[in-house]
Amino acid sequence: MRRRQWFFAVVIALSVFACSKAGVEMFAGFVQPVKFPEPVYHFNTNPVTQAGFELGKKLFYDTRLSRDNTVSCGFCHIQSAAFTHHGHNISHGIDDRLGKRNSQTLANLAWSNSFFWDGGVFDLDLQPIVPITNPVEMDESVSSVLEKIRQVPEYPSLFRNAFGSDEINTERMMKALSQFMVMLVSDHSKYDAVQSGEMTFAADEERGYALFQGNCAGCHKEPLFTDHSFRNNGIAIGANKDEGRYAVTLKEEDRYRFKVPSLRNLRYTAPYMHDGRFITLEGVLKHYTEGVQNTPNADPLLHRNGGSGIALTEAEQEDIIAFLGTLNDSTFVNDKRFAEQP
Amino acid sequence: MACLALIVAVSSCKKDNDDSQDKSPAPLSIEFDNIAGDQNLAMDGTTEYTNGSGEKFTVTDLRYFISNIRVTGTDGTEYTVPQDSSYFLIKENEEETHEAVVNVPQGDYNKISFVLGVDSLRSTMDISKRTGVLDPGGTMDESMYWGWNSGYIFFKLEGLSAAAPEDPGGEHKFRYHIGGFGGYSTPSINNIKTIELDLTPGGIVKVRKGRESNIHLMIDITKVFDGANSFKIADYPTVMFSDFSVTVANNLSGMFRHDHTEN
Repeated sequence: MRRRQWFFAVVIALSVFACSKAGVEMFAGFVQPVKFPEPVYHFNTNPVTQAGFELGKKLFYDTRLSRDNTVSCGFCHIQSAAFTHHGHNISHGIDDRLGKRNSQTLANLAWSNSFFWDGGVFDLDLQPIVPITNPVEMDESVSSVLEKIRQVPEYPSLFRNAFGSDEINTERMMKALSQFMVMLVSDHSKYDAVQSGEMTFAADEERGYALFQGNCAGCHKEPLFTDHSFRNNGIAIGANKDEGRYAVTLKEEDRYRFKVPSLRNLRYTAPYMHDGRFITLEGVLKHYTEGVQNTPNADPLLHRNGGSGIALTEAEQEDIIAFLGTLNDSTFVNDKRFAEQP
Repeated sequence: MACLALIVAVSSCKKDNDDSQDKSPAPLSIEFDNIAGDQNLAMDGTTEYTNGSGEKFTVTDLRYFISNIRVTGTDGTEYTVPQDSSYFLIKENEEETHEAVVNVPQGDYNKISFVLGVDSLRSTMDISKRTGVLDPGGTMDESMYWGWNSGYIFFKLEGLSAAAPEDPGGEHKFRYHIGGFGGYSTPSINNIKTIELDLTPGGIVKVRKGRESNIHLMIDITKVFDGANSFKIADYPTVMFSDFSVTVANNLSGMFRHDHTEN
């Protein structure tokens, strides 16, 4: 009898504890999805903590990162658009100045070994310097951003919680931003549920998956749907003559090559390609079937058997698009942990 | 075995006693005195200089990284300054940056070498190792860092010249931003230059406690145009991250010469 009373007391205590925690989920840190490979981000020099993540999120949504305090990271990387600038072929930044490329998703950056369409940055910690200093994005200097945020009363204590002292410097600001960004893991699509046996594909999705594996997976490697390489996928040279990775390596074989993007969350991230030239997936599929150009360094996977492009019937294209639909992750784009407004 | 150890111990003691010279560290300063041909360099907006192609120009900005300083003693021993204390950004418009002060063991040295630029190892290090002049958000103020292609600009020279075509801003400006540490995952251009100077003709340096020996170098910026690969401002008014930057970088070593030593 006594033992039983104890049991109830514990149960009640636990449920009260759980109630008091309701709405405040425990911070789990970076969680490695079972089906994903090992991340490449250097967690050993920058482990994710709740305080670091929260500071990074505040910085991510802080317009002080731009010259006139109008543009935050979240301005061109909107959560509902899977952290892209939905609807903009090329992004506009400060003073409505236009960039030359389509803003990329921030999903699954922990697995990325280079950043931007040309891979010019090799460490996520060095990535934010680019938009901050780019005249068409935030047009600011890192030192000036640091000076501004040092004047904001709540920041010193946030830095103290995250890094042990009030000091606000480049390293801490960048590492906090990285902690927020590597947490942006998208692994709750229907595809993921099928892989773990919780769901099954519809017939058209299943057919599309087989076609995808035979025709697309050579570059868009599962489960991240990119092999992180740089390729020329045969789109015509853009009006601005963007040479892609060539600018970074000065290697002839890199001219017109761009980073292979992930295919996750396409429903939220239109338009497509480095300059956002295709506004629909039908347009993208039409490019691969009919529009592949033989420009310098055109990828051999798209030029096989003496022909150009991928042979797919219209029905097959529809099936592939149905499969791509299973890569959308509504949990990710609605995840309150990442939201500007909680 | 014990016997041998004893001999070694004795001989090492003996050596210490014999070596009357105290090898503890003392300061050594290296002065970077920027000149243009026969003239001292002035960024006053009016003083004009002439390159080997006869083009007249003024200088509006000059800055460069010096790193990995090493000295060689008259007895042949080399001393490399610990890397963390061996990065300097020389800016023409900031007098206090013209001297790089390091600590080296007391002794006589007849050679000095250093890197013009930032070595590839440091160029790829964690952001926690990018402090001081290497901090992209610090005193360097980003002007010597390429964010879009992660890497430092090793050498920057800007100025005005009638020989340069009018740029979109309406100025006849030339801009040389030379960098490139060799690439991270894909090999690319490497414009890191190691400068080695023999101090014997201008005077060896005697580093001693209580005084600051000074190696006075002169850096002739006209050599940017007139080194092993002469070029004209008119032909190359802007050189940044490009294949031609290799040609410009090959001229840069020729800028440095040892003028004299103050002991």
